[in-house]
Amino acid sequence: MAQMTMIQAITDALRVELKNDENVLVFGEDVGQNGGVFRATEGLQAEFGEERVFDTPLAESAIAGIAVGLSTQGFRPVPEIQFFGFVYEAMDAINGQMARLRYRSGNTQNAPVTIRSPFGGGVHTPELHADSLEGLVAQQPGIKVVIPSGPYDAKGLLIQSIRDNDPVVFLEHMKLYRSFREEVPEGEYTIELGKANVVREGKDVTLVAYGAMVQASLKAAEELEKDGIDAEVIDLRTVMPVDFETIIQSVEKTNRMVMVQEAQRQAGMASYIVSNVQEKAILHLEAPILTVAAPDTVYAFTQAEEVWLPNYNDIIDKVNKVVNF
Amino acid sequence: MKRALENIEEQYKTFQILNEEGKVVNEEAMPELSDEELKEIMYRMVYTRILDQRSIALNRQGRLGFYAPTAGQEASQLGTQFALEKEDFILPGYRDVPQLIWHGLPLYQAFLFSRGHFHGNQFPEGVNALSPQIIIGAQYTQAAGVAMGMKKRGQKSVAITYTGDGGTSQGDFYEGINFAGAYKSPAIFVVQNNRFAISVPVEKQTAAQTLAQKAVAAGIEGIQVDGMDVLAVYAATKEARERAINGEGPTLIETLTYRYGPHTMAGDDPTRYRTEEEDSEWEKKDPIVRFRKFLEEKGLWSEEEENEVIEKAKEEIKAAIKKTDEQPKQKVSDLINNMYEELPAHLAEQLEEYKEKESN
Repeated sequence: MAQMTMIQAITDALRVELKNDENVLVFGEDVGQNGGVFRATEGLQAEFGEERVFDTPLAESAIAGIAVGLSTQGFRPVPEIQFFGFVYEAMDAINGQMARLRYRSGNTQNAPVTIRSPFGGGVHTPELHADSLEGLVAQQPGIKVVIPSGPYDAKGLLIQSIRDNDPVVFLEHMKLYRSFREEVPEGEYTIELGKANVVREGKDVTLVAYGAMVQASLKAAEELEKDGIDAEVIDLRTVMPVDFETIIQSVEKTNRMVMVQEAQRQAGMASYIVSNVQEKAILHLEAPILTVAAPDTVYAFTQAEEVWLPNYNDIIDKVNKVVNF
Repeated sequence: MKRALENIEEQYKTFQILNEEGKVVNEEAMPELSDEELKEIMYRMVYTRILDQRSIALNRQGRLGFYAPTAGQEASQLGTQFALEKEDFILPGYRDVPQLIWHGLPLYQAFLFSRGHFHGNQFPEGVNALSPQIIIGAQYTQAAGVAMGMKKRGQKSVAITYTGDGGTSQGDFYEGINFAGAYKSPAIFVVQNNRFAISVPVEKQTAAQTLAQKAVAAGIEGIQVDGMDVLAVYAATKEARERAINGEGPTLIETLTYRYGPHTMAGDDPTRYRTEEEDSEWEKKDPIVRFRKFLEEKGLWSEEEENEVIEKAKEEIKAAIKKTDEQPKQKVSDLINNMYEELPAHLAEQLEEYKEKESN
């Protein structure tokens, strides 16, 4: 076992799958010789050659489009969209095409593509680099959306995503890339898609979070414990499909829930998750489900970023409200 | 100082083999085709024209659904397809159903596609193609990917894709030809320039004098072909295919053609944007008329033979429609099952709901 950052765990996962399956192809802007702008593909071209790991011209729609074409030839493409804010350029290629291939062909063709892309705020990027756009792809039937919250999960989830026979959008929060290390096993292991992880058990309130908000929720839970509030924290891992079973089980125990996401209130996964939970568990709830989210503006200019982004204090506030309802 | 637009006409002279009278005007470019093959091309064009007429009639009777007429474009569609091998991969636009049929798609499935039944897109094993693309241009980037994949596999095959004059304005058009050029992928990009994107004439689509010249920016070969001349279309495609499988990269083929009918059968009225003079001008160039003259001159075709094809086509279309009618009705529960390899919990729940509804 080695201590790895999330970015190292991602590179490791790509290496494992490039070795494991010769149909796996890794490509995108700057992923070849340069090893990616975040070094996620560092050393992979040297190890596996230009046929397997290659640079593309600078055009996101075609990056996603060739992934569909390569799928028809039996490949397992793992394209990178350099920053997920650039995905607007590829929206038809992903939502209009890739997501629909299995359905359109009556289950005779499929696109086993894993689109990797960095996203998420707090690292002072220029505009359209940090937005949480998971909702845009999660609202398209046919796609799975996976968001790891740390190094161990990132490796196991990425390997499983690459092996999945449907399109997966795998979103990597930039702030998590190098913020902490974890024990990451060598070689291959997988984490099932569509299953949430209870990262902290508690009995008073359920915090449902994903991506960087898992760390914020854990920190909030620690603080809340000092006030005698025992929070359970669920890391969704996969935001589409959502593991409602795990959420409902938890809510039936705690009778209270706070939904936490970095995306704006009108975006992300919160509305979908909250509406489903109230449908399935209203009689177990002793307070309204509250949501911690960013305000409904365009992603903040960097000078206001720290205030704009939800943090553990915002979570504590909402938890206090549901507990004292 | 030389300017980029100098001599465009000279450089992109329309490639033609048969003129409107069916006379060979370019003997040295004549492709090597046996008498049987020449007759097969005629057979397919006549058959496809009948299919178009019957499809329009069926549509008007409310028995077909979505349909984009093909009459006028037979040489462009079938001349390109005839140059292909079974292992080549077609990425068609929505008007390009005839190419799929001659590539092996059973007729009744083409009708099911029109009717909006997913079985129409469940291609039989060995029919290498995607279903007709609705988004203009999306197939161009996908074709670059199919061709890249073929090259990686070391296959001697090509990806061929189709769009129209309007399609060349899309970003995906440029991205597709540029990617295929950058990787020297074995792709053939066909632009059927039928002069109108629904109602917008090609002159309003672009300042480019030809659409073929758009290839230059991508660093690939481009050629403008008389799209009413099936021999020229075939020869250009055959050459593009040779070059592609020899590793010489993709080709953009612009075919100058015309659709006699409306854009689709969903209410488009061409008299709002085209004149009768223009229509009759193009009908004089008709691909079937000129090829018929050419074959008759060679003693390869007769009225009798043509009538036989027409009768055969009508019979087969009738049988195919019967088979189409016999297909089981499409169910929402089938659609739910076609979303993912394994049904996620939320869809499993919805499946139960729809099974219940469908059992009533």
